[in-house]
Amino acid sequence: MIGRHTLIRRHSLMVRVTHWINAVCLLILLMSGLQIFNAHPALYWGQASAFDHPILALTATDGGEAGNRGVTEIFGHTFDTTGILGASLGSGAELQRRGFPSWLTLPSYQDLATGRRWHFFFAWLLVLNGTVYFLYGVVSGHLRRDLLPTGRQLRAIGHTIREHLLLRFPRGDEARRYNVLQKLAYLAVALVLLPLAVLTGLTMSPGMDAAVPELLSFFGGRQSARTIHFLAASGLVLFVAVHVAMVLLSGAWNNLRSMITGSYLLQDSVHADRS
Amino acid sequence: MQTDPERRGFLMRTAALAGTLALGGCDRLSETPWFRQVLDSAEGATSRAQRFLLGSGPLAREYTEADLSPVFKANGSVSVDDFDYQTLAEKGFVDWRLQIDGLVERPQRLSLAELRAMPSRTQITRHDCVEGWSCIGKWTGTPLTSVLERAGVQSQARYVVFHCADTLEPTLDGTGQYYESLGFEDAYHPQTILAYDMNGHPLPIPHGAPLRLRVERQLGYKMAKYIMRIELVESFTGIGRGRGGFWEDRGYEWYAGI
Repeated sequence: MIGRHTLIRRHSLMVRVTHWINAVCLLILLMSGLQIFNAHPALYWGQASAFDHPILALTATDGGEAGNRGVTEIFGHTFDTTGILGASLGSGAELQRRGFPSWLTLPSYQDLATGRRWHFFFAWLLVLNGTVYFLYGVVSGHLRRDLLPTGRQLRAIGHTIREHLLLRFPRGDEARRYNVLQKLAYLAVALVLLPLAVLTGLTMSPGMDAAVPELLSFFGGRQSARTIHFLAASGLVLFVAVHVAMVLLSGAWNNLRSMITGSYLLQDSVHADRS
Repeated sequence: MQTDPERRGFLMRTAALAGTLALGGCDRLSETPWFRQVLDSAEGATSRAQRFLLGSGPLAREYTEADLSPVFKANGSVSVDDFDYQTLAEKGFVDWRLQIDGLVERPQRLSLAELRAMPSRTQITRHDCVEGWSCIGKWTGTPLTSVLERAGVQSQARYVVFHCADTLEPTLDGTGQYYESLGFEDAYHPQTILAYDMNGHPLPIPHGAPLRLRVERQLGYKMAKYIMRIELVESFTGIGRGRGGFWEDRGYEWYAGI
């Protein structure tokens, strides 16, 4: 049957290149960010740190013979998170006091100076890459054509959510473009979460606060900005988890190839099997 | 095109292996000189970008008495394990003298009383630690500009180096002694002061008595405590381990505006 399998060009070169640079940047920024967080593993609200009233604190109690216990405090409620948060295994056999565990930080050992070097280099790369993507997206029409949901898509959003929950993904012509959930998620990441992460990151800089004091007013202080930075990063982690799960569930190889070579295999909407 | 289980298994194993290699590889890369230089290049970009934005010399935000932190964390050295310093401290620093030398026309030895008699500035500012926390305090001190003008800076001077009494890390070669350095963009900034009072009282020892630096547009580690001597130099490569400060010698950025 002719036309049952059609190879289409799904992603432009620019989108593919900026996607992968962005992916590398986010992974490194996350891990080096957790390294920086570990230097003072607590979050506050406002201009300064009220050390007695953190929003979140990853601490450890000295358990004597039993070793350190990891304690996570959220809004005054404490949880034992030994092994992951507050206290976890390093290279040795003893539980070390550290906010996030070594397998989540860059470098794996405690080294704030090096964490900062990684973080700021890749922050520059993220911003440059994001700027290139955004300018390309506007000039080429990619943002409007591929990411702006249509009225019809928005009206059918309930149906699309149901189909996604049943793991039934669009086939045939419907798969030529992003569905409404993809569009909204990608727009939220590109236009909200990433800019928010960059701006709250800059608000933590005393130099930037002098140059652009509006940053402090907008985010409610340096410590608030630090907390929002952490939340924005958490949002990005959540997005990546769902994004990767969807990539795997809706045809891992086909999706991956389309983001590497650009080619995407369109399957017939009626006869496609769901292996 | 179907994904057969064998290929899937292979992909998964490859991804797991790549992940493991990447994690170990990043630790090793961090210690590889050429790669470290690549990472460190971001400091130049940051410092140039911020210098551009700060060209007109804007002030750091100043707060009100109501914003003062009830507990101001003291970090780094909180006391000085040095006989001469302790002798000075016991007498309330009346015998302490701030030495100003190097590339200056008129080397100075200023007592606390002389510093207090000079023009002063009081500011309530936020102290941002490189670790991530912030505290708000009220500082009174002599603008560094006044002290530099009194000594007369020679034209070839490029950096102001602050030598401190505290040794933060015991070393055999003395490079564990705290020191810091500033360029003139920050040295001549109106909020850059040599503070002798904190929150309306003489600077306590944990916060750097008798004199500490305030550089409000940079991070806390630039704000040297326990200052004994100010030296004007053309280059700081011969001081400490040559990178312009105690923490700079240990991998931190010389430009600490971020």
